[in-house]
Amino acid sequence: MSFDDFLQAFFSLEILQQAWPILWAGLLNTLLLSVVVVPLGFLGGLILALLGTVHSRWVRWPLIAWVDLFRSLPPLVLLVFVYAGLPFAGLEVTALTAVAIGFFLNTGAYYGEILRAGIESVPRGQVEAARCTGLTAAQAMAHVVLPQAVRNVLPDLISNTLEVVKLTSIASVVALPELLFQARQAQSVTYNATPIMAAAVIYFILLWPVVRLLSRLENRQMAGRR
Amino acid sequence: MTNWDRFLDSFFNARVAAEYLPKIIEGFWLTILLAACIILAGVAAGLALAVLRSLGIRVLNWAIIFVVDLFRALPPLVIIALLYFGLPAAGLSLSGFAAAWLALSLVLMAFTEEIFWAGITAVPKGQWEAARSTGLGFLDTFTLVVLPQAVRMVIPPLTNRTIAITKGTALASVVAVQEILGAAQAGVSFSFNPTPLTLGAVAYLVLFLPVVILGRWVETRFAWKR
Repeated sequence: MSFDDFLQAFFSLEILQQAWPILWAGLLNTLLLSVVVVPLGFLGGLILALLGTVHSRWVRWPLIAWVDLFRSLPPLVLLVFVYAGLPFAGLEVTALTAVAIGFFLNTGAYYGEILRAGIESVPRGQVEAARCTGLTAAQAMAHVVLPQAVRNVLPDLISNTLEVVKLTSIASVVALPELLFQARQAQSVTYNATPIMAAAVIYFILLWPVVRLLSRLENRQMAGRR
Repeated sequence: MTNWDRFLDSFFNARVAAEYLPKIIEGFWLTILLAACIILAGVAAGLALAVLRSLGIRVLNWAIIFVVDLFRALPPLVIIALLYFGLPAAGLSLSGFAAAWLALSLVLMAFTEEIFWAGITAVPKGQWEAARSTGLGFLDTFTLVVLPQAVRMVIPPLTNRTIAITKGTALASVVAVQEILGAAQAGVSFSFNPTPLTLGAVAYLVLFLPVVILGRWVETRFAWKR
């Protein structure tokens, strides 16, 4: 195979031009999907983390079981279960609903663990001091504990968010027309790998700055652990 | 038939379960095989890259950083698609197993390198200097003094990352590997009953629940007092 053939197979401008509208639509859907599932997962995690502050074993143990359950199931398994399984229970779900449910359960568990660690990292004295000044428990949580908790685990939160955005690519399995799905469509029509290569390049351009930022934060975090 | 009976008949159908259990068990072993291959290759390659990076050869380090960033930014499913659907265009056909193995190994390699590198740089410079001044060479200093301290620091993040990437083996079902999810989906489409999916979910829980709980333990066991 000559170099020209290789270029033609993976970096064909002509194919890219043809496929661009399809890829663009996919990119927009990927962004849209991220904007939906990231806050959804974060919300789920926040609920779990707040429940984790309740000192009752009737809350604590079911909570740990819930989190470990959804951390044990691979996200794709959860998604397929929701999408292909629920119709048998008489519940027709659209691809988007299935993705939303799957991400809420899966990424919620991860965000929950991170936020729990964050809340635990805030010294008890902070809550006590806040309560002494007359804040209610809810106010102390919202205005004193959570802001510090989020700051303490910011690298982990960003890292998880990066993973969630990458994970939106599994929505292609349930035929949601996001970037990877569109690229596969274009590839199967053109018999050319350029669209998938283009999708990879788009993901890289989009997420590389986040990876750089994380790499810096993580190095600093590890150095601080000595 | 009440709704409850219908639900049981769909998701916990004993006849279907008996028929597809052998397939799921085959898939179970295949998942373990794939995961083992990924962990071996990924961790070894990642550690090798981190060691290479500590040599401090500038051009080489840029190349390593780029490769690591690349595989941290790309969604694993996109890499699998590129290898499985794209490479044939270059006259190179990989089996689904090989494509999934290579893709996930590269991703694990990237994260492992990053984690080990952070660990190595977190070992104080004085450790290097003290070891060198006792007459140890670069290699001895690195393997006997620096690496053992680095490894201890990196065990919790490395364990968690390895678990997360190992769960990515479910993505192999997209490229027709009959691991747990692949076998379960095939079972659903043959039997028109979601019980194989239930079995698959249980199989994943059997496999990953102990690992997730182990991860929790590792995190507290190796936690560094801050």
